[in-house]
Amino acid sequence: MIEVKNLSKSYYKTVALKDVSLRLSTGCITAVMGPNDSGKTTLLKCILGLVKPLSGEIYVNGFQVNGNCEYRKFIGYMPQFCCFPENLKVKEVFNMLKDVRGNHCTYDEDLIGKLKIDKIFNSSIGSLSGGSRQRVSSSAAFLFNQEIIILDEPTAGLDPASSEIVKEKIIAEKQKGKLIIITSHIISEVEELADRIVYMLDGSIYFDSTKEELLNLTGEENLNKAIAKITAIRY
Amino acid sequence: MKNISKISKFFIASCLFITSHLGFGKDIIVTEGNSIKNAVESSSEGDRIMVSSGIYFESGIIITKKIELIGKDYPIVDGGSIGEIFTVKASGVVIKGFVVKNSGFSSLKDFAAIRVENSINCIIQDNKLINNYFGIYLAGANDCKVFNNEIISNAVKESASGNGIHLWKCDNILIKNNSVSGHRDGIYFEFVTHSKISENFSFNNIRYGLHFMFSNWDDYEYNVFSTNGAGVAVMYTKYVKMINNRFENNWGRPNSYGLLLKDISESFIFKNTFHKNTVGIFAEGVSKVNIEYNLFTENGYAAKILGNCTEDTIKANNFISNSFDISTNSSRNSNLFYGNYWDKNKGYDLNKDGFSDAPYRPVSMFSMMVEQTPESIFLLRSFLVNLLDLAEKVMPVIIPESLIDLNPRMEPVI
Amino acid sequence: MTTVKILKYVIYDILRSRIVIGYTILLFAVTYGIIYTGKDASKAIISLLNVVMLVVPLVSIIFGTIHFYNSREFMQMMLALPVKRKNIFWAEYLGLSFALSISFTLGVGLPLLIYGASAASLYLIFSGAALSFIFTSLSFLASVINNDKTRGIGLSLIIWFYTAIIFDAIVLMIYFLFSDYPLEKFTVIISALNPIDLARILVLLKMDISALMGYTGATLRLFFGSAFGTVFSFAFLIIWILAPTAIALKVFNRKNF
Repeated sequence: MIEVKNLSKSYYKTVALKDVSLRLSTGCITAVMGPNDSGKTTLLKCILGLVKPLSGEIYVNGFQVNGNCEYRKFIGYMPQFCCFPENLKVKEVFNMLKDVRGNHCTYDEDLIGKLKIDKIFNSSIGSLSGGSRQRVSSSAAFLFNQEIIILDEPTAGLDPASSEIVKEKIIAEKQKGKLIIITSHIISEVEELADRIVYMLDGSIYFDSTKEELLNLTGEENLNKAIAKITAIRY
Repeated sequence: MKNISKISKFFIASCLFITSHLGFGKDIIVTEGNSIKNAVESSSEGDRIMVSSGIYFESGIIITKKIELIGKDYPIVDGGSIGEIFTVKASGVVIKGFVVKNSGFSSLKDFAAIRVENSINCIIQDNKLINNYFGIYLAGANDCKVFNNEIISNAVKESASGNGIHLWKCDNILIKNNSVSGHRDGIYFEFVTHSKISENFSFNNIRYGLHFMFSNWDDYEYNVFSTNGAGVAVMYTKYVKMINNRFENNWGRPNSYGLLLKDISESFIFKNTFHKNTVGIFAEGVSKVNIEYNLFTENGYAAKILGNCTEDTIKANNFISNSFDISTNSSRNSNLFYGNYWDKNKGYDLNKDGFSDAPYRPVSMFSMMVEQTPESIFLLRSFLVNLLDLAEKVMPVIIPESLIDLNPRMEPVI
Repeated sequence: MTTVKILKYVIYDILRSRIVIGYTILLFAVTYGIIYTGKDASKAIISLLNVVMLVVPLVSIIFGTIHFYNSREFMQMMLALPVKRKNIFWAEYLGLSFALSISFTLGVGLPLLIYGASAASLYLIFSGAALSFIFTSLSFLASVINNDKTRGIGLSLIIWFYTAIIFDAIVLMIYFLFSDYPLEKFTVIISALNPIDLARILVLLKMDISALMGYTGATLRLFFGSAFGTVFSFAFLIIWILAPTAIALKVFNRKNF
């Protein structure tokens, strides 16, 4: 469970987050959406401890996020861009993650098989295509069976087949009762995956509701139009 | 014919030897427990005193007649730190084969292990002089020979120590194959003329290996001067020849020179080696001196030639691996540099005559800077200094324009 | 422990980088060339000294900066793991410094040692390795205080230019202008303020600078003419490694990624 209380953050004079409060519970996929610079990345980075908030508190499974790194053992994270060192081999990347995590859980190597990562185990990251790197990155995010999984644009750059595999995996993990956060610009994907949509605008949560509520509220058939309609009110 | 003449020479020589003994003197034998002084006093002109091995605690042995003092198996004469040990006041005296120890020390009188005063034709040879104030002291002596002696002391302070071989007002002296260490100056010459210093080894003396003043027409050759406080000083002198000597390891102190030349004129410095000295040659007020065929290696400065040096010729020397080759304190130059080999010269030789086609300036701008501000040595070999030196070589502004080797050699002179 | 675990992979990564391999080969070729065309060992060391004092700082600081910016996403990912920030910082810093030092030691040290080790050549190898650590440290400092890559690289270049040339030019000018004043203490202080000068003096103390110090006053001679000068240079090189690293770590700990 993640609890965000009155979170604010600004970089120099730019306000990134204004008094954001949020409660995310297990067994649910939350999509954090919003235009560029709306604060969604900052929100995730605050949860991950990459960015130190100006004020407010974050609790992850009861641990307060305040510079201590312990709570991150609950979180699996897939960044938007794969970023492993260029000259490491794929298997070395996995070894490194295992070395560092050090927890001897049963590894979830489901995606490694399905995404055929084992075939590129001996290639160096630098020699892989963008899509292959994303495949490595996503399989690494699920490897440690964490209760919380944060995925930044999980299907960006993936071929349709791999994309499907990853989406299936996300849903399967939700059904195991995990807390999953995704960000995405692809509304169809959000529609397919998300139970709950947090839409951010100018550092605040513009709306926060389930997919069904949103459709009912706007009276639209699909999410695309619903979001267009509801954001239009503001402009 | 040849053999006959050899045999006859030998025969004549043997006859002379025998007759000299038979004719002019007798042998006196001194054994341990007896006094050398008594033997000397009781001897007469032309006698030979043979001293057997052993320790003789004596000093103040004054020799006033022509005798020979010969030590057998190095008898030890220990002066017990009182006064002078041997004082020679007669001509033709020979002192040979002794170990002479512990002369007295005085700040008023220069006590020596062996002193020769106002005499001619004396020979001091094959002695070991240990821990004396002065070692061998020749004053007003002519035509003497000092050779094969080993002179050791353990001086620590300049003011409280004497010289190894000290000559004052002498003429036609031979100083050969002696080894001197641990004195103030290894060899000291003042008002000494027509003399020769050769094959000596002077090292670890606290001031100069050789100290040489007002002494004209002298030669020194094949000597080695090493790790002396300030190297070798030759001052206020004319007509000196310095040939085939080694000046080395005078390193790191404020006045560590290989060879210090001060007010020298019309002299020759040939074929010497200057190795690992802070300054190979330091020349001040030197004129009409030829410095030729010498080798300068791994010195801080190969040569510092001050502005008051004139009409000197620096020719056919090798300058290899010195930090600075030539340094000067003046923007003028009135000496001739010609046909030297400079390892820093990056010149070319298109006509293959063995000489660089372009002239070479051996003074670097940085060495001039260090001359002015010694602390700037701190920037030695920094990129900036290398850059400035290069620029200055191409377009001289600070370095003396006329200090230039017009025909630098491409290869070292052998 | 965590630092070592990550460090290992950082070193694997960097040692396989084409730039670092190229750097090693270049240093090796230059050193080999200088040694085998030169006539004596001390001259080879002096020529190498010029190369080392320019190239090692430049490559270390530029490569370090580029590496830091290229690793930013990797660091973000690592920071999302249950790992302390300082562990990641140390792993990255030590990984890069060790990799560059290894590369330097192979490139310059190997041919020198084959040719015959002397005190001066050992000090040259040590100085080069120390400069690798120092300029990596400075590169991290430049990167960590600039979010913009171009500005970071710009700052690194300025630092290099300053330490390699400008600093000495200023010192030379001071010597020139104030030659009538006692400059010994100034020299001692100034020598500690530039790591490249320190490294150069450390090597030259084993060669000829000690002899030339003979002409300066007693303080400087006492200072650099004895073992104390060597110890002093060593100590300040270590300080030059630690100080920028400590500041960079402090900024890194508070940094928003």
